[in-house]
Amino acid sequence: MGKLFSGAEIVFKVLEHHKVEHIFGYPGGAVLPIYDELKNHKTIKHILARHEQGAGHAAEGYARSSGKPGVMLVTSGPGATNAVTALTDAYMDSVPIVCISGQVPTHLIGTDAFQECDTTGITRPCTKHNWLVKDVKDLARVINLAFEVATTGRPGPVLVDIPKDIQFKKTKFVLKSKNKKKLNGKVNDKVSINEVDQVINLMKKSSKPVFYTGGGVINSGPEASKLLRELVSLTGFPITSTLQGLGAYPGDDPLFLGMLGMHGTYEANNAMYNCDLMINIGARFDDRITGKVDEFSPKSKKIHVDIDPSSIGKNIKVDLAIVSDVESFLKTLNKRFKEKNKDFLNSNKSNISTWWKDIDKWRQKKSLNYKNSKEVIKPQYAVQRLYELSKDKDVYITTEVGQHQMWAAQHYKFNKPNRWMTSGGLGTMGYGLPAAVGVQVANPGKLVIDIAGEASVLMTMQEMSTAVQYKLPIKIFILNNQYMGMVRQWQELLHEKNYSESYTAALPNFVKLAEAYGCIGIQAKKPDELDEKIKEMINVNKPVIFDCLVDPMENCFPMIPSGKPHNQMLLGPEDEKEEVSDEGKTLV
Amino acid sequence: MGKSKSAYSEPGKLGKLENHIIVVWVDNEAGVLARVAGLFSGRGYNIESLAVAEVDKKKHISRITIVTSGTPQVIEQIKLQLRKLIPVHKVADFKSNDQKILFKELALIKIVSSKKNREKARKVCKKYNSIILDKSKNSFVIQVTALRRDIDKLIETLGPLGLVSASRTGAVAMTRGSEIFK
Repeated sequence: MGKLFSGAEIVFKVLEHHKVEHIFGYPGGAVLPIYDELKNHKTIKHILARHEQGAGHAAEGYARSSGKPGVMLVTSGPGATNAVTALTDAYMDSVPIVCISGQVPTHLIGTDAFQECDTTGITRPCTKHNWLVKDVKDLARVINLAFEVATTGRPGPVLVDIPKDIQFKKTKFVLKSKNKKKLNGKVNDKVSINEVDQVINLMKKSSKPVFYTGGGVINSGPEASKLLRELVSLTGFPITSTLQGLGAYPGDDPLFLGMLGMHGTYEANNAMYNCDLMINIGARFDDRITGKVDEFSPKSKKIHVDIDPSSIGKNIKVDLAIVSDVESFLKTLNKRFKEKNKDFLNSNKSNISTWWKDIDKWRQKKSLNYKNSKEVIKPQYAVQRLYELSKDKDVYITTEVGQHQMWAAQHYKFNKPNRWMTSGGLGTMGYGLPAAVGVQVANPGKLVIDIAGEASVLMTMQEMSTAVQYKLPIKIFILNNQYMGMVRQWQELLHEKNYSESYTAALPNFVKLAEAYGCIGIQAKKPDELDEKIKEMINVNKPVIFDCLVDPMENCFPMIPSGKPHNQMLLGPEDEKEEVSDEGKTLV
Repeated sequence: MGKSKSAYSEPGKLGKLENHIIVVWVDNEAGVLARVAGLFSGRGYNIESLAVAEVDKKKHISRITIVTSGTPQVIEQIKLQLRKLIPVHKVADFKSNDQKILFKELALIKIVSSKKNREKARKVCKKYNSIILDKSKNSFVIQVTALRRDIDKLIETLGPLGLVSASRTGAVAMTRGSEIFK
């Protein structure tokens, strides 16, 4: 007769098996046995969030900056429903999260018991898979499988719902060594030489090629980024990246065209529109990228490499579909490419020289330019200064959602993968601060900055308390324009400047708020004091809330207005005026 | 700006709708039907009919047959999304006019009427493999198996002949010949 373990012990035994070092959570009635067991497992540190959504985003930041799955632990009912936003966020952005939730005892399920909710029902559409464990004998197998599902194929969140009586019940602990069942064939990373040869043929025939890379490169691991850099240097082709892919390729490299999409650069979007070969590696033709689908890149052959078969052909029809993990695809491609094409870079130079001339012409537009001011801090200037003053360090940037997020993506240059954590798919305001908490937990001693907006950051501000408790010196750099800036911008463009409810009156005094939390508050009002204050922020080894007062009416350009193709961008306020007067004419 | 008053693009041209039968082999576990049905409703796909039952007692495999319609792109998405679900083993897809496939629906129909009308009703049902399951003084319950549109027609015809209740299954499908779907 082997030793018997309680459900709560089994939870930790499986976590230990997966070498989990940190869990983010919040206790409550239905998870108390698991919390009680915490004291017996010294290798696992629990980070107490102030809200389950915060725990979830922290787990996301942890996962995205470390490449390991993030683990969260919440109670039943409100604990689980509060986690839903973070789970959905992780689902949209393919972040591996294992969420363990407590549930009311099995005999009370379905009786509307205290803090009961149908957790697996609620989280079914926002997880890759979820389980309600009704028999303690299944627990070890299920949690083990949960880790496997979360981390294989296209990563994503999973949830294991454990009723309280199951946490107490005892059973033998059996964990099959390395469960290699093929998950019904859901993991696929076999690339054939034939597929790779087709890619190479298309590359050789192309005179206007462009690489369009995304978060799949990051998710595939640091080796994928290295291989991508090698591929680009072998070909000399221009490369653009989605919001999630930033950092996979150096942001300051001359072959990099900047981010593409709704707020992407003029050169990136025009390259996408005019190219004759688009090589999509680990991106998903999101609607913020494609603009008007019917007019998306009309003249190009399209190659799409994605680990998720359902991403291919969902929005855009492609000519060559390859279902694969990015790293294994690039490994095969690069090897074959080098064997078959000696000195391709030089021999192909003249073939794509006109294309590069076109691109240089678009670059001349300098679409990220803005009119700087000596009186008031321009938000773009603030991000640029932050970049210049921190770039010599290994910096991790998180963001909230809105204008500041786009300015951060445009003006902060990333050179390494896993340094940029932002909510792209779901667009979750309030993501950045708790994400920064998770990033700092995973990367002690590194500089972690949340480039924030004042509206977003107030949604999860309570997590400053977490940062202070665990001495996590995160920097919250708020571009404070007193508006929900992106909402205000759309209202200006589309709703005749009716700024309905997008202005926040009665904002808190962020410096005093920082002090109330026990961290440092810094405020900058004028451009000439910005550098000095940013340096002060970077040099403090404590959490900081930096209130950077910026021009409240600045808009984020360039942009592709809704329903337009890539070649019809607005570059700045002047374009906007012309467009509006055109509309005026049609009204008359 | 253009006419669009939205942060989203306007819908593009719609492709032609096709009718398909999707067959899904799944682990027969709690919540699996909700996962499949939820995928359809969550992504805005149609379910015209649905039939589910366990077909392998040992391995606990259920076979779900879904009749749906969509553009070729949507049908492709349905299959790919279904294959991503963890309890799904395999997915087959047939066009509803595919001659290689047998489709059948079953209906139970209750007729309450005069002897004359009951006689008429029985005659009408004959060509649909009808079986009388229950009889009384002034009624009978009859089982028919046929294609969906035939049963539709039959029900229409039986209306004036005393049809008081009809219960129908969703369609089930099977390939002709010795082949099976791998």
